[in-house]
Amino acid sequence: MAALTTWESTLKERALAPTQASGRLYTAWLAGLGLVVAWGFVAYIYQWRNGLYATDMRDRISWGLYISAFVFFIGISHAGTLISAILRASNAGWRSPITRIAESITVVSLISGALFVIVDMGRPDRLYQFWLNGNWQSPLMWDMMAITIYLTASVVYLYVPMIPDLAMFRDNLEGRVSRFQMWLYQSLAIGWDNNETQRRSLAKSITVLMVLIIPIAVSVHTVVSWIFAMTLRVSWNSTIFGFFFVSGAIYSGVATLIIVLAVMRRIYHLEEYITPTHFKYLSYLLATMSLVMIYGNASEYITKGFKMTEEDRFAFEQLFAGDFASMYWFYFFGGLVLPALIVAFKPTRTIVGVVIASVFVDIAMFIERYFIVVAGLRVPTMPYEPSSYSPTWVEWSILASGFAGFMLLLTLFARFFPILAVWEMTEERTSDQTSQHDRELEPAP
Amino acid sequence: MIQPKTVAFLGAAGLTLALLAASRSGPVPTLLLGVLVVLGAVPVYLRRSFSAAPVEGGGPGDDNTALRETPVELSSGGSSRREALKRLSMGGAALAIPAAVGAPTVIDMWKAKASDGPATGPSGRTRQWGMIIDLRRCDGCQSQGTAPQCTLACIEGHFAPEPMEWIEAYEAEMAGGGTQFIPTPCQQCQNPPCVSVCPVTATFSTPEGTVLIDQDRCIGCRMCMAACPYDRRFFNWGDPPIPPEAMLADYSVEHQAPAKKGTVMKCDFCPEMARAGTLPYCVQACPNDAIYYGDLEEDIATNGREVVAFSTYIADNNSYRLKEELGTQPRVHYIPGHGELVGRDRFTEGRIATRWPWVERVKGAVTWRR
Ligand code: SF4
Ligand code: SF4
Ligand code: SF4
Repeated sequence: MAALTTWESTLKERALAPTQASGRLYTAWLAGLGLVVAWGFVAYIYQWRNGLYATDMRDRISWGLYISAFVFFIGISHAGTLISAILRASNAGWRSPITRIAESITVVSLISGALFVIVDMGRPDRLYQFWLNGNWQSPLMWDMMAITIYLTASVVYLYVPMIPDLAMFRDNLEGRVSRFQMWLYQSLAIGWDNNETQRRSLAKSITVLMVLIIPIAVSVHTVVSWIFAMTLRVSWNSTIFGFFFVSGAIYSGVATLIIVLAVMRRIYHLEEYITPTHFKYLSYLLATMSLVMIYGNASEYITKGFKMTEEDRFAFEQLFAGDFASMYWFYFFGGLVLPALIVAFKPTRTIVGVVIASVFVDIAMFIERYFIVVAGLRVPTMPYEPSSYSPTWVEWSILASGFAGFMLLLTLFARFFPILAVWEMTEERTSDQTSQHDRELEPAP
Repeated sequence: MIQPKTVAFLGAAGLTLALLAASRSGPVPTLLLGVLVVLGAVPVYLRRSFSAAPVEGGGPGDDNTALRETPVELSSGGSSRREALKRLSMGGAALAIPAAVGAPTVIDMWKAKASDGPATGPSGRTRQWGMIIDLRRCDGCQSQGTAPQCTLACIEGHFAPEPMEWIEAYEAEMAGGGTQFIPTPCQQCQNPPCVSVCPVTATFSTPEGTVLIDQDRCIGCRMCMAACPYDRRFFNWGDPPIPPEAMLADYSVEHQAPAKKGTVMKCDFCPEMARAGTLPYCVQACPNDAIYYGDLEEDIATNGREVVAFSTYIADNNSYRLKEELGTQPRVHYIPGHGELVGRDRFTEGRIATRWPWVERVKGAVTWRR
């Protein structure tokens, strides 16, 4: 039992440490991200004044980088909630050190994603029209509803399992953080003092949320894909789109989770808790999803390509041999095949290897979102010359600021909230020690 | 004792209910609200159950007096909150019903806007506008030495900003070689994909069978542009380049002038002209009388020179509609041809580009490519 106590107190210290993070590099990181975000605001003000004229979107390619970023961010939001809910539901014991980080990625990326829709609107000043005159027939309305529900659900799902850890913060940080922060922990911990009744109702709530959140998450990315699949555009006219988008979302979500875990592990010295085993398991999930994606590609393109209608021919030529060919083949080989190979071979299945694979996956998935949107719109619907699209500095700036905002929010989350599910890890450890099995998660040599 | 928190909560609930009542799309926010309430109930439940818990002593929160006091306050505040939640969701459901059946629909509002109501024919039935374009007589105005005059007239009549061609003469390849011109206004689909995808019903179908856009409501999401299979929707990407006199126009969904930044525009089928008893600009302007406008209900159409029976004329001339297989059911019918009746040689390609008559006068305004 003594061993457990030391273990527990080290864990607590590790979990508390990020609230004290400081140093020149840390400040520089925050300031750098802040600057990029601010630059994005400048670009947005420019766009507000000039209209979407400031972008390179035009009538014939009427969506571009913003909508791609929207789909991408909503996609990586599946990192958290869905993955952690699935792991929780399947009672995978190794999940406890990574769930919190996963869930925070969800909330943060949902916020970033939703903002891109507003950035893309011609009249953001009329957002209230969604409420006043909403049309339930419209896929965009479904999207609005699904994302609002998902954001609420994932905030709640992030918060509820965090209550015991917030109480831990409340009890251990007195005097080490500002009064405001103490007040925050005190109110958010809603009087948790770890008694039996509290533990029972917490467990009950988590179960309810977990069951709710899986269908919500799946529905969100399905309706995101339906923005495209509900139109008569030839490249989007596909029954596989919902499935394809959800798999792509999980795929890029796992990749993002791996990257964020690796970074946080290094910076906050969590090597003891986030172990190579975690990366191994997550990389298996990554490889599985890459195979699913390859299968999805085959299913989608071979069935269409075999019949090759006139419009399909145009779409195929531009995707596989024309303007978008380099993007597609990078996506296919660099983003689907390569990561699967990296994971398949033992010598490359290291943390560094898996992180590299994940970076490839994320880049490739962004590119995939981009060519789905842009190449899909580029197929002429009438006899006119195909249009072109190359994003302007405004679009790039806002995109960069979206990514910077994502990282900034994550950093701030780690600064103010417990990034390790300390109580779950302790519980896990206690039950392990009692039953004397499952040594899997011992730090690897 | 009424807690300030309770007051705040009831206030918020009241505000939500008021918003719901104001909303014309009752079921949607009600559904949304329902799910949000369910999700929000989880932390509320936790708060209640935590505070109801017997304090077993030795807990880490023990040293906190402020928190130990909370149970009393919470159980009363919590129960009234729950009551309120219950009432709120019931109220939402009750409101949804009148909102679904009784609230004015967009069509009602359109009716109210058009002072005379929908145009009716001699039989008293609502007009059903339609168009026939006889491609045998369309030479893209090449013999006139101008850009297609339907396009020019429509632009001038509506102050359509550059580069919008609400009726655009596409030049399409023909199977046997050579090209044909296809003047294409909005097809006024009877199963319009653009209408079903608009999230705020800014695009809507009218009782006369046309599709209009309310630029005072459009949020500029461009979902409709992705949905239209005929490339017939145009966006005001910047400040629209329109002449000063356009600003004098009294905005109406029926003529769309003056154009508004950040909103979508398209051919409106000139309902005002029709109600006033004249023909749309494009029909009037065609030097070859290739465009007929008419009423399917009265079964009549005219190009301004001759009057034909709508149904017989299209049947006798083997008319077709664009992309009929998509099921959009357009109201624009085409009679196949390549300008042969007005002496066009189908191997002479190209046409003169459209020029906006006020380009010189609105110097400094931005224009953009399609
Ligand atoms: S751009 Fe305007 S008209 Fe088109 S779908 Fe969006 S809100 Fe409706
Ligand atoms: S042609 Fe396009 S804009 Fe016109 S009604 Fe049909 S889908 Fe809508
Ligand atoms: S019907 Fe009216 S709006 Fe439509 S193309 Fe003709 S002139 Fe333009």
